Amino acid sequence: MMPNVATKAPTDVEDVLRIEDISMSFGPVTALRNVDLHLRRGEVLGLVGDNGAGKSTLVKILTGLYKPDHGRIYLDGEEVRFRSVQDAREHGIETVFQDLALVDELSVYHNLFLNREHTVGGWFRFLKNRSMRAAARRYLDEIDVDVPSIDVPVAKLSGGQRQAIAVARATRQKNIRILLLDEPLAAMGAKETSLIIQLIKGLCHQTDISVIVIDHNYTHLFEVCDRINVIQQGRVTLDKNLSEITLEELIELMVQSYRREIAQPATGTFSEVSIETSIEVTVANQSVQDAD
Amino acid sequence: MDQHLQELVITVVVFALVLFFTVDSPYFFTTSNAAALASFIAPIAFFALAEVPILILGEIDLSVGEVYVLSPFLVTYFYNAGLPILLGLILALVVCGAIGCINGLVTVKLHIPSFITTLGMTFALEGIILIGSNGAPANPVGTGNLVSWLGGSTWAEAFWALAVVGVLHVMLRRTSFGLHTVAVGGNSESARESGIKVDFVKIWCFVLCALIGGLIGILDSYHIGSIDPDTPGLTFMFYGVAAAVIGGTALTGGRGTMIGASIGAMVLGILEDGFHVISVSSFAYDLILGIAILVAMILNVQIERATIRGAGHGSFARVIGLIFGRRKVPVRQ
Ligand SMILES: Nc1ncnc2c1ncn2[C@@H]1O[C@H](COP(=O)(O)OP(=O)(O)OP(=O)(O)O)[C@@H](O)[C@H]1O
Ligand SMILES: [Mg+2]
Repeated sequence: MMPNVATKAPTDVEDVLRIEDISMSFGPVTALRNVDLHLRRGEVLGLVGDNGAGKSTLVKILTGLYKPDHGRIYLDGEEVRFRSVQDAREHGIETVFQDLALVDELSVYHNLFLNREHTVGGWFRFLKNRSMRAAARRYLDEIDVDVPSIDVPVAKLSGGQRQAIAVARATRQKNIRILLLDEPLAAMGAKETSLIIQLIKGLCHQTDISVIVIDHNYTHLFEVCDRINVIQQGRVTLDKNLSEITLEELIELMVQSYRREIAQPATGTFSEVSIETSIEVTVANQSVQDAD
Repeated sequence: MDQHLQELVITVVVFALVLFFTVDSPYFFTTSNAAALASFIAPIAFFALAEVPILILGEIDLSVGEVYVLSPFLVTYFYNAGLPILLGLILALVVCGAIGCINGLVTVKLHIPSFITTLGMTFALEGIILIGSNGAPANPVGTGNLVSWLGGSTWAEAFWALAVVGVLHVMLRRTSFGLHTVAVGGNSESARESGIKVDFVKIWCFVLCALIGGLIGILDSYHIGSIDPDTPGLTFMFYGVAAAVIGGTALTGGRGTMIGASIGAMVLGILEDGFHVISVSSFAYDLILGIAILVAMILNVQIERATIRGAGHGSFARVIGLIFGRRKVPVRQ
């Protein structure tokens, strides 16, 4: 790993992805301001930040869903502009969205293959349901994801199972270069969480895949990540290798703003206060009590 | 699976109706009435089929009824302008498709609710028809085999309806486009995130709807033998929507089948024909239609809640659950 990571606007040749000066607003709301960020080959980058910090917006820009107001995106050193989700996918970018992008009415296997159906008949694109079902079953078995049946509509799955399907849909692809995971573990039990973490680790170690993972649970992040970036109010405010920061330090950093809010509640709106994972809030309370 | 539940219920209703009218009138179950029955059912079925993809998307096309009125006038117009009839037919359908395309574009690109877009289109088309025809009826053009194939002969319309049901059923259930339609209707944001071209799907569904409207307009003109500018297109369109809903299409989007819609059309067609046969006034038909739509909607919503959404604890859902052995209702987190 490169020792010097705090440099801004990196020119690392190892970078599979580099974004420079990305800004995006929704009307009066500025979601991202001049964000610079880079991702090395085979690396897992953890992205943390308060609710509304702009993490999902960044993911959607990298997926071709949103067009940034300005800024540049480089893949393997070459500037790219994604015209559509399809376009980003063709560049090898796969995403698990925060809302999972599942369609409740469709079966598990149709969701797994949504917009990538196996088809015959050329222009008519007749579905090859049997082939999709077999492939779906094979892949879910392979990565050890348990669902009652691949024929049921995903509406009937539990929250964690739905998440597993969304993750499986992204990791199933053969040509992935970059995997973007927007809170993929939010509703998962311990077993499924470790399953997904193993899956991510396996992907990165056996292949060249690079991952950006967003999670409010820092313990998870410390388990999978090589590096952590913090986004606060649309800006990247911290970029550290895992060896350079401890879990406690990160929590401390994140609860500082929380404490500031408690000290001076009039200076901000409540929505900007971070009340995220139980671990963070617990520690925050702890720290506040300690301070008293 | 859940989709088939309502189809099953409606099929039972169809059999019950047939039984009722057969018992009530010896004339109902005869070949000559079968032809009448077909000409009641076929147009409703066409309108229902046209609306199903649109309703699945969570949209509605009110203008398809006026497209139905317009298309035979277009055929006549092109014929009188000296074009060969086949070319005229094709051009008429192209114009209908273009009308659908406008509906779709305005709805999708200008973010106008389809109810408003197509309501505007309905009145605009009505105006065009009245101006173009001077308010006077016309006769469908052409002679010979072509005309009998296009609805002139007794069973032509029914044949076309069956063919269109088959094609559209395959399209909706067995092609990528159909899957994407359901995906967009079920959750357009998810569909977009999956890279589905949501706008493209919607626009094409509007085009398809208008094309079917145009086709049935042409067929019906040859079947009836005249073209009337005062035909109440809006009412016909609503019959189609009613049939689709009775057949299990969710007005909330994401759910619906062509087969269900066709069976729904059979229910309405049998009622209409049956009331003629046993000489009940057409006033009563409207009353029954209203009740049938309400009952179907209730059934629809309850099945939806009991199965897909999983939040169903309504009394009706429990009855359905008891009947069909769905004891435990899965609840989504
Ligand atoms: N489609 C949208 N329209 C308008 N505003 C939006 C939209 N998407 C995001 N925003 C705004 O942009 C800001 C950043 O949102 P974003 O979803 O990126 O936050 P986040 O960091 O992912 O938060 P969370 O941890 O809650 O998922 C928020 O203030 C949000 O209100
Ligand atoms: Mg988010």
